[in-house]
Amino acid sequence: MSAAADAFAAVFGPRSGDPSRAVEHTAAELVAAVGAGTLSPAEIWSEYATLAAGDELNAYLWRAAEDPGADAAAPLAGVPLAVKDLFCTEGVPSAAASRILEGYRPPYTATVVERLAAAGAPMLGKTNMDEFAMGSSNENSAFGAVANPWDRERVPGGSSGGSAAAVAGGIAPWAIGTDTGGSIRQPAALCGIVGLKPTYGTVSRYGMIAFASSLDQAGPLTRDVTDAALLLRHMVGGDACDSTSTGHPGEIELPTAERLDGVRFGVPPELTGDGVEPGVRAVFEAALARIEELGGSVTEVPLPHSGHAISAYYVLAPAEASANLARFDGVRYGRRAAADGDLLSLYEQTREEGFGPEVKRRIMLGTYALSSGYYDAYYGRAQRVRTKIAEDFAAAFDQVDLIVCPTSPTVAFKLGERTADPLAMYLSDVLTVPMSLAGIPAISIPGGLADGLPVGIQLAGPAFAENRILDAALALERAIDFRSQAAARG
Amino acid sequence: MIDRDQVLHVARLARLRLTDAEVEAMTGELSTILDHIEKIGELDLDDVVPTSHVVALENVLRRDEPRPSLPREVALDQAPDSDGVGFRVPSPGA
Repeated sequence: MSAAADAFAAVFGPRSGDPSRAVEHTAAELVAAVGAGTLSPAEIWSEYATLAAGDELNAYLWRAAEDPGADAAAPLAGVPLAVKDLFCTEGVPSAAASRILEGYRPPYTATVVERLAAAGAPMLGKTNMDEFAMGSSNENSAFGAVANPWDRERVPGGSSGGSAAAVAGGIAPWAIGTDTGGSIRQPAALCGIVGLKPTYGTVSRYGMIAFASSLDQAGPLTRDVTDAALLLRHMVGGDACDSTSTGHPGEIELPTAERLDGVRFGVPPELTGDGVEPGVRAVFEAALARIEELGGSVTEVPLPHSGHAISAYYVLAPAEASANLARFDGVRYGRRAAADGDLLSLYEQTREEGFGPEVKRRIMLGTYALSSGYYDAYYGRAQRVRTKIAEDFAAAFDQVDLIVCPTSPTVAFKLGERTADPLAMYLSDVLTVPMSLAGIPAISIPGGLADGLPVGIQLAGPAFAENRILDAALALERAIDFRSQAAARG
Repeated sequence: MIDRDQVLHVARLARLRLTDAEVEAMTGELSTILDHIEKIGELDLDDVVPTSHVVALENVLRRDEPRPSLPREVALDQAPDSDGVGFRVPSPGA
């Protein structure tokens, strides 16, 4: 077995029982092992630095050369972290997987990366992604596609595909990514791991290379629910450098629930009907049965406007992106084209050479939607649809505690399968975009396998209900026991 | 629907110099996407308040006190072309 296949087996296969192998443990178990003195931060770093160096998935774009010497007494005990390439990190390449930022080394570090390093999670490497987080398959990276460790002919999802593949492939203990319309949850689902998009504003966006500022939010990608809670606990917090950051009203607790007695789950027919493939539906229905066995109730709850969410999203997100990406002009940092004309030629040539096809498409879409004569018909209407979608969720949460639906309508698709059809790719996010527009938190946890590939179950709650979501997700995770299902796959 | 002239106009607004092949592809792709998006035209939204941001924050203020900013040499360090004092660019033209 190759080292990479062995690392994947260490995550999802039967445990060997060798406590000295860091890769066999969740991050929370590593923190406990450091506390008990059975593993040291240096041993964990050394093992993962070797695994990351042997990356066969193209998950990493950069790896740390030296052990930063983490403090064993810090809350995260030196368990190293993979960081999506769009987080600015001082002196370290941060290109958002774009040619236009190739070689850029920022003069400062994103708040969330600083917070995690201070808590004892030093950066192991920077992970591949769709360029500027625009994509659902990681195929839009300027630095090559990422392979899904379950089947290397398939995509890991996107845009945080490198982070998801690194965690699932056992070459990072845990990772952070960002979610604008599903970019944490969908790759987590396609790679069989846990991904959480927090309530908009709970985590600082300072130092994140912006895609759509009213939607972008950082969150954890981890092996299990407990790791997600542990990492998120040290990510949240208000920040004077991000005036839209609110922090979280209480501490993120480590979940403990074993039962779901009295918890009311709502199933929206709009997010569980047409387009959800049969294998995904079967795993979802099995999850609903688990919920009821654990004492939870399941009722139908409508989200009448969610069918329009993709349309609204693909106006609002590109509109914001077209403004945010105006800064890449070849003047202050990043790539500059060799143009011998005037300043306008320099801008146009730099952007033509620097941006990939999907980024250009979104800039065009956003510029069109904001242009004179079209603003009201597109941007104005999309903002009103956003209101209706948020109102739908508010009404639903009067009746239920959590919404449950699949994370992705399909399992991981083949590399190249959707690249020729941008609209088909956009529809990959049909089940995750509504929560993004409403700004509410949602988690994806592995629910089982369909055709040998992971299926994600999504739980969403009202703003700041992260603890409620994590508790329910833990109880469901225990009942599903995905690791045993995966190990039985052989 | 969006036609070739509109694509060229929007590209100019967006400071993108598209190749002929890109203009061709973009015209078809954007039309397909816009046809899908235009389904929101079916909704009655006249009395709905637009949402620009989900967080109900107003007037986030800080004290107006001087504090250090990036030193000039750091700000210029990543510039593709600099004279050590500012960013150097071609003439904006006539």
